[in-house]
Amino acid sequence: MMNKLNFLKPDRKNLNTYLYSGSFLFFIAIFDVFLSSFFKINITSFLPNLVSFLLPLILGILGLHLIRIEFSGIKNLDLLNKNINTNNFNATLTLIIIFAIIKSIAPVTSWFFIDANIAGDTKEACTGSGACWTYIKIWLRRFIYGMYPNELQWRINISFILLIALAFVGYFPSEKLRKFLTLYYVAIYPIIAFILIYYLISGGTFGLVWVETGAWGGLSLTFIVSFFCLIFCFPVGMFLALGRRSQLPTVRYISVGFIEFWRGVPLITVLFMSSVMFPMFLPEDFFMDKLVRVIIAISLFEAAYVAEVIRGGLQALPRGQYDAAKSLGMGYWKMHIFVILPQALKLVIPGIANTFLALVKDTPLIFVVGLLELVGMLNLAKTNPEWLGFAMEGYVFAAIIFWIICYAMSKYSYNLELKYKTDR
Amino acid sequence: MSEQIIEMNEVNKWFDDFHVLKDINLTVAPKQKIVVCGPSGSGKSTLIRCINRLEVHQKGKIVVDGIELSEDTKNIEQIRAEVGMVFQQFNLFPHLSILDNCTLAPIWVKKTPKKKAEELALRELEKVQIQDQAKKFPGQLSGGQQQRAAIARALCMRPKIMLFDEPTSALDPEMIKEVLDAMVNLAKAGMTMIVVTHEMGFAKEVADEVIFMDEGMIVERANTKEFFANPKSDRTKVFLSQIL
Ligand SMILES: Nc1ncnc2c1ncn2[C@@H]1O[C@H](COP(=O)(O)OP(=O)(O)OP(=O)(O)O)[C@@H](O)[C@H]1O
Ligand SMILES: [Mg+2]
Repeated sequence: MMNKLNFLKPDRKNLNTYLYSGSFLFFIAIFDVFLSSFFKINITSFLPNLVSFLLPLILGILGLHLIRIEFSGIKNLDLLNKNINTNNFNATLTLIIIFAIIKSIAPVTSWFFIDANIAGDTKEACTGSGACWTYIKIWLRRFIYGMYPNELQWRINISFILLIALAFVGYFPSEKLRKFLTLYYVAIYPIIAFILIYYLISGGTFGLVWVETGAWGGLSLTFIVSFFCLIFCFPVGMFLALGRRSQLPTVRYISVGFIEFWRGVPLITVLFMSSVMFPMFLPEDFFMDKLVRVIIAISLFEAAYVAEVIRGGLQALPRGQYDAAKSLGMGYWKMHIFVILPQALKLVIPGIANTFLALVKDTPLIFVVGLLELVGMLNLAKTNPEWLGFAMEGYVFAAIIFWIICYAMSKYSYNLELKYKTDR
Repeated sequence: MSEQIIEMNEVNKWFDDFHVLKDINLTVAPKQKIVVCGPSGSGKSTLIRCINRLEVHQKGKIVVDGIELSEDTKNIEQIRAEVGMVFQQFNLFPHLSILDNCTLAPIWVKKTPKKKAEELALRELEKVQIQDQAKKFPGQLSGGQQQRAAIARALCMRPKIMLFDEPTSALDPEMIKEVLDAMVNLAKAGMTMIVVTHEMGFAKEVADEVIFMDEGMIVERANTKEFFANPKSDRTKVFLSQIL
């Protein structure tokens, strides 16, 4: 009995014995799972089914128990024990996670790479049991440019390259031009973007063929819609936030009403109304492109959310900041532009980033008015009779693209946060 | 025109039902230094915040430098530019350097050219002996330095009147002196000052007159020597016995 208890309580005296026997059991457990998931071999098949299934877990727990030696003096072992092997419960969780990872690596890699096809350009080229990347390859142009004519796609490329280049202007201004940077990003850059898109992508003048917005689509449309919505919803949201805190009752009630209205309706309804109801209120001969209507609708919708986020930041500022600004003779606008908003906006960067990410991921909803961005094009492609049955590849592709966009945005917002951090 | 720079006539103020200021009559002549004291909650802060309209009074008349305080925002901003204020919590702008704190209002309110505003700011910072901290941010300064920066910031607007609301109450004892020194120098330079403080040493050194407030009323106003030597009201006596 004593012996047994001793055995259950590893100590430093027999460190090596415990370490080796524990590690051995642990690796047997891992090895068993590894073999069964990669090579479909079950070395414990002679045991009853349930025991054979649970054996790696039992061996693993036993192994981890044996190597749980306090203050062993071996740095990595102590680290391991402290972080993932503090007690039997943690050890079990650790094992289950490790097994889950090993079990999923095999099918995931084989679907993505080993059994996947990318060669050829018909459905017949896809012979493997994994993903058919041929489908993505063939449809890539459509996924990026929508129905935009192939021979005109250089216009989209040039516009986007120019826009990206112009976005980096902020990095190299001279000392003298630095103070115009905000003006540039808030006013000039969006105007340039609009002009580029209006004249180059839409066309119709300067000898460029007009391409109607119904033909735009794919990832480029995702970018266009997201870009303009982000740019518009921010200032509108800011004014709504200020309006909601205004001393003037009219301004306050209008802001509250606006915010509560847009927050209360689903985006899909808003989009639907923008295309069906909105034109009914317009004069007969007044024409507004549906892309423009959609951008306005999404911007106003998101502005309500941005407004509430910014209001949170305004609320968080101590009253002393207002008092100090006022006592120096600053009026409402000077106080807000130079003192209040810079501090409040800094506080709400994470919240704003959140709203913006949601916005980007909401863009697929514009399919309700017949605009097909990336996900819309996927849905179109998957119903093509020649390419039936590849929905999975399409959605995985879209998920990866959206994840990259959103991850980049979230990293960027995190950098902004660090850049503008101040001690209080 | 009277020669008084501040005139308060029968001023009353309520916070909802709570009567904070009751029939306040107060006149201040140019270059006068007045210390306001009284128990907590007696309305001292409210009184001086009414002078630059950080608080709005409901009844009575306040005239500052010949301009009556009213709803007219133009008047208010003009008066605020002439009346500097220093707060208990410093209230520096944490996102701006000390120098920018000092130049912000001169540049955007008084339209001083940036170069000139910076020269002025450095001179004011030098007077309170923190010119070497100009490039730092408020969060990097000690409490005493922050409060002196706040004084410099107010002075950069070239005010005619300075209001101080318990400028040393949030400071550690060893930092109180450096702030009081800055205020003494300012007083010697001939500034009109109204100071809410419990630093009776400061009151004795610079104040022309001391006002004692209790429960929203001015209970006693007297020449400094007179005030400390033989206070008239019983409440003043009790207060002084507690604080000295
Ligand atoms: N914004 C406000 N709303 C409601 N009541 C207030 C407000 N500000 C102050 N009061 C009340 O008015 C009274 C006077 O406040 P005030 O700040 O003027 O006192 P004080 O004499 O400066 O006190 P202290 O020495 O503690 O600073 C207090 O009872 C306070 O609770
Ligand atoms: Mg007070």
